[in-house]
Amino acid sequence: MQPARDPSLTSYYVTDAFYRELIASFADWQRDDRLITDAAERDRFRGLIEREARLLDQLDFDRWLAMYAPECIYWVPGTPDGGDPRREIAMSFDDRRRMEDRIYRLRTGYAWSQAPKSRTVRMIGNVEVFEEASANKRMVRSNFLIGEFRPDGVRFLSGWCGHRFVERDGRWEIEVRQVNLIDCDQNLRNPSIVI
Amino acid sequence: MLEKISTSSIRPASADLYDWDELVQEDRVHRLIYTDPAIFEAELTNIWGAVWVYLGHDSQIPNNNDYVTTRLGLRPIILLRDSQGKIRALFNRCTHRGTTLCRLERGNAFQFVCPYHGWSFLNTGKLRAVPWPDGYACDFKDAKFNVAQVPRVDSYRGFIFGTLNPDAPPLLDYLGGITGPIDEWLDRNPGGKVVVCEANRLKYKGNWKLAYDNSGDGYHVVFSHRSLLEMENRLADEANKGMSYYKGSPDSKAMYMRYTGNGHHFKDKRPNIEKRAGGLWAVEGPAPGSEHYEAEFRRRFGAKADDILDLAGSEPVNINVFPNLSLLGNHIQVFDPISVDETNVTWFGTRVVDADGTLGDALDEINALRMRTQEQFPNFGEVDDLANFEEIQRGLACLEDEWVYMHRGLGIPGRVKTDAKGEVTAPATDEAFMREYIHEWKRLMKASPSLVVQREV
Repeated sequence: MQPARDPSLTSYYVTDAFYRELIASFADWQRDDRLITDAAERDRFRGLIEREARLLDQLDFDRWLAMYAPECIYWVPGTPDGGDPRREIAMSFDDRRRMEDRIYRLRTGYAWSQAPKSRTVRMIGNVEVFEEASANKRMVRSNFLIGEFRPDGVRFLSGWCGHRFVERDGRWEIEVRQVNLIDCDQNLRNPSIVI
Repeated sequence: MLEKISTSSIRPASADLYDWDELVQEDRVHRLIYTDPAIFEAELTNIWGAVWVYLGHDSQIPNNNDYVTTRLGLRPIILLRDSQGKIRALFNRCTHRGTTLCRLERGNAFQFVCPYHGWSFLNTGKLRAVPWPDGYACDFKDAKFNVAQVPRVDSYRGFIFGTLNPDAPPLLDYLGGITGPIDEWLDRNPGGKVVVCEANRLKYKGNWKLAYDNSGDGYHVVFSHRSLLEMENRLADEANKGMSYYKGSPDSKAMYMRYTGNGHHFKDKRPNIEKRAGGLWAVEGPAPGSEHYEAEFRRRFGAKADDILDLAGSEPVNINVFPNLSLLGNHIQVFDPISVDETNVTWFGTRVVDADGTLGDALDEINALRMRTQEQFPNFGEVDDLANFEEIQRGLACLEDEWVYMHRGLGIPGRVKTDAKGEVTAPATDEAFMREYIHEWKRLMKASPSLVVQREV
């Protein structure tokens, strides 16, 4: 028997089929006919996204990573429509190993773009939950505003996130987080925090 | 037909601004070249107007009437392929009141209609129509009403350049010896071609020359990029990923830097890599999809897989074309000044095409992998350089501490070699390229170029 593959060590799940499924899944999902208006459900996902925001503000990256499914994607497109990551450069398109790379780098003490570390505070709003083709998945849209302080002042990053959650063993995990900055196709100064 | 029109010389000539030999010395430069708004203003003419400046890539405007907006120094430009297929660089400026004609970053249009008063222009620059012309006594056939354009636009293997200087040498002469590295960079890709496919777009609060100073700098790598090197080797059996060859004693390695003239220079790190199919892929850091695609290509293509995988490996060269173009890895990096202390740095990604049918259905897959390897450096390396450039700019606020040094390698017998063609070769961490290009910069700043624009007649 093959030993179980560890997505922290080996990148085996970012395949052609994976990309195709991802692009289809993120193409046309914010539709009124898929909107879930149930308040409890909405509150569940709002709570998860607010927790994620807090963990990132606290730089608690271990707990942040633990919110993700083993096979996950952190995706910051470089074009407002998301684009096709097979054919276009994204700002970031991290699988689990690269997400862990990102955290590892920030912790080396030699990531000069984060020395000193940014202080951030994230506001989350306009949370809407949508059905996904699979019954054990949900798509969630939320808007964000990040205040980021560096020694020369505070700036704001804004945009919206598309989260794809999957329920596994009774727990909702983040499978994909697509972060859409409103100025993603513009030249940005020091985009070195986890957005 | 085009009519050339000299620009007026209302501004004082740059030559009179400073004693340039005092500012740029053999081993050091004065802080003012990075901080003085008057020098930046003069550069807009003496550098950005007077030499061939990279404007864009063929693949960004593949079809007739395609356009992208860009800049030549601060001048807003519409780079386009006109209705007849000719590449032009129009000033993005209505001849009536000066309004920009095009506000989108890309598109396809045979004409541009000014949003302010409705004057319309063909994409040749020619005035097409003016609303209510009976209110004018003038003859609108006068060329002065046609959009101004860059008089000399030329390209080298898909790289499009423009200059306002009629006295500049032909593009090929200007590029000179740097065309050899450009050819090799292109020719490792199928059909010798790449296609631009979006970008990692960054900016920093610092002078544009800090980026050009850094473009061939082998000295900073293990310090500025320490976090990247540690990151990309954290899982490796042998710590040989990425630019690990800079560790230890980099100047004893086979890599070298070469200054080829006119401000251009070349860092060749390929001699550090095993010269075999798959040699490049072997030192590529981990990327999303690495193991899957490698296994997949080996299964489907056998021995040929190594050649395919190398297309996703970062070509270990820095090809720097003064003043604003840098080919490195698989990127087309462009430096774009915004003000004396603000610069855009855009890392255009490239994908390969299946020019000779050898890739077949592997094309999309190798490109997908190539996108992910290209995202690594801007995310985990460039951000740290830009932070250091910003901190230089901050440090240079110390008015009384005037000098910035670039003398590494200077004065050591036998270290820096000049060949019969005048090309200068030195060890990888030398600042010889910096000294050479900044002396070319000084020569240009002393000059009094007569710039022109053209209009259709």
